[in-house]
Amino acid sequence: MKNTILLTLLLITPLVTQADLRIFACEPEWEALARELGGEKVDVSSATNALQDPHYIQARPSLISKVRRADLLICSGAQLEIGWLPMLLKKGNNPKVMPGSEGFLEASQFVKRLDVAESVDRSQGDVHPQGNPHIQTDPRNMLLVAEALSKRLAELDPANADSYQNTMADFRERWTAAIAEWDKRAAVLRGKRVIAHHKSWVYLENWLGLVEVATLEPLPGIPPTASHLSNLVQQFGHKGADFIIRAPYQSDKPSEWLSERTGIPAVMLPSTVGGSEQATDLFSWFDDIINRLLTAGGL
Amino acid sequence: MRNQVLVIICLCFVGGMAPAWAQTDTEIDALRAELRQMRADYESRIAELERRLDEAEKEAGEQPGAIEPQDDEYVMQADTWQPEPAAGPAASRGDNVMNPALGVIFQGYAWSYGDDPDNYQIPGFPLGGEAGPLPEGLSLGETEIDISANVDDKFTAWLTLPIVIEDGDTVVEIEEAWAETTALPAGLSLRMGRFYSNIGYLNGKHSHAWDFADQPLVYQAFLGNQYLDDGLQFRWLAPTDFYLELGAEILRGDRYPAGGAANSGVGSYTLHLRTGGDVGYSNSWQAGLSYLQADAIDRASGSEDDPLLFTGQTEMLMADFVWKWAPNGNNRQRNFIFQAEYMWQNEDGSYQLPGLGTLPYDNDQRGWYLQAVFQPVPRWRVGFRYDLLSSDNPGPAYADTPLMPTGSDPYRYSLMTDWSNSEFSRVRLQYTYDRAGFDGDSQWGLQYIYSIGAHGAHSF
Repeated sequence: MKNTILLTLLLITPLVTQADLRIFACEPEWEALARELGGEKVDVSSATNALQDPHYIQARPSLISKVRRADLLICSGAQLEIGWLPMLLKKGNNPKVMPGSEGFLEASQFVKRLDVAESVDRSQGDVHPQGNPHIQTDPRNMLLVAEALSKRLAELDPANADSYQNTMADFRERWTAAIAEWDKRAAVLRGKRVIAHHKSWVYLENWLGLVEVATLEPLPGIPPTASHLSNLVQQFGHKGADFIIRAPYQSDKPSEWLSERTGIPAVMLPSTVGGSEQATDLFSWFDDIINRLLTAGGL
Repeated sequence: MRNQVLVIICLCFVGGMAPAWAQTDTEIDALRAELRQMRADYESRIAELERRLDEAEKEAGEQPGAIEPQDDEYVMQADTWQPEPAAGPAASRGDNVMNPALGVIFQGYAWSYGDDPDNYQIPGFPLGGEAGPLPEGLSLGETEIDISANVDDKFTAWLTLPIVIEDGDTVVEIEEAWAETTALPAGLSLRMGRFYSNIGYLNGKHSHAWDFADQPLVYQAFLGNQYLDDGLQFRWLAPTDFYLELGAEILRGDRYPAGGAANSGVGSYTLHLRTGGDVGYSNSWQAGLSYLQADAIDRASGSEDDPLLFTGQTEMLMADFVWKWAPNGNNRQRNFIFQAEYMWQNEDGSYQLPGLGTLPYDNDQRGWYLQAVFQPVPRWRVGFRYDLLSSDNPGPAYADTPLMPTGSDPYRYSLMTDWSNSEFSRVRLQYTYDRAGFDGDSQWGLQYIYSIGAHGAHSF
């Protein structure tokens, strides 16, 4: 038996790849951000893709082995990944990335979280007591997280600290300019009424001044039901709102159904990088969100 | 608010006591004056509070969301928009801040049998441990209390306390109580205490995570439902691109299929190897091999009143395989799980049989199950499971004993459908056709599973 284990060890050793800073991102937006700020010096992968609901993925074997070898984890946090990340951490046997250590970065800690509940009860649905975790749809949040991530990269890889700082300065400039441009283009969207599939757009709404008037889910995490949808038809009758929005990983049936009966345009918005053909990086992602809203609204 | 309550309490107190001591009109007048003064005081204080609240609300309204987009305001805003400290739900201050995560899982059944489940017996496989059919009729299942928390920066601990009903008595058991390292280097971890052995695929899963209300026959016959024991568990995760975990356990050997804490209380050990990966975005799989060696002294199985007692060694080999599919890996909408396990065991020793004395026993047995569960739309799932056991003949001395298999292999198939309103609730309907413990019996059952409080993430 001992010999077998030794033999296995010998076989495995050459397979261990030597890389720069290995980053495990829970969602594609953090993968894109880490790539933006770390460039060639980091090796990044994302646990989820844009077509997966980040609440509900499996603690798959492939992800366990990624956590095992990661130097840094970056996740939205605020319990978004509570159904799978704790299991990956438990099975990953990697003290470097345990919560509380330098290798664990919870993005939502660096922004002002919305919908923080005073008291929660599961009869309200699958609510997140630490606030809404879908922070990535406000580009100003991305900048706050970028500052934190860049600092963390420099701490973990001090040899390249200057380079991370320079990249950050460059990103800050480009991103700030981009936000100003988006703001200008999206000014006409201010005050528009939105029906969202899930409460995952509050940060976008807060940024653009959209008003969320209802959700397709009767309660957070409970799939849309026929009775709830018919109530929405009554409530919003003919064009009683401006957009019905959903993420690419959500079924298009409920929003299309409601759209047909109310004349309110149904729009799929990429909720992260890769969520649409156009959303290939952080910049084109927000471009696409605004383009889609403007097109759907005929604005 | 607290002040108002105080005033009300004072008023009640004064009102209730007044007749006892407020003897003269002047005293009453004085009290009235005092109360008027108090009321005036509080009204002005409340007005002041309301004014401050209004101001605070106005300020809040001017927070980032309402800031008019102006071209070059954002750098400044990102600077002034300070990250707030992780604001939980109205954080409690005091001794209970460090409370561990606490969750309770409720389960209950309604089960119907054609034959009498008291006569349930699989020829050749006398059941031990927790194995056996669910109670007939309405019954409360295990009520499981889970308590867990990090001990410090290097250890974490977990406690599972099921409250079960055994022979009419309510009993609290220690099902699991373990501590585990979180800071060992090189992908190593060590668990100590009482835990479900890491062998097989289903052995480590709590009953609320099963896809059927009961365990496959092979788990019931070979492991007494699930192998649980006291001891140490080592795990090593290889630093490879693909998933590879090796593990070993040394255990007390006090639970089925071990028994009697043989070898001075180190009665069994296990080894396991587990690997897995993804195929594209939509598929992922896991496969494992496990080995268990358990020594037993007077291990009881079969009827509780007249148990069969086994002394000797059990060796078991297990192979497990799981395949999960979901379009693009998004299992919220639709998903499919295929899972199969095969087990082989040799038991070598002797059986003490009621009325027959002690007989030598050396026999090979095997069994397997396969199951498929499909979720066509959110919340609804359907599943199918097929179970089979097979035993060699232990010899003519065992004729007419529960250890003698019949000519045909015991089998069973089950169908189920379940509905989950949320991740925390599930109701299941199950049908089983059983040619293992009965001679062809149709069983219908309903099960509920509800979870409140903290609920840990599920493994693959």
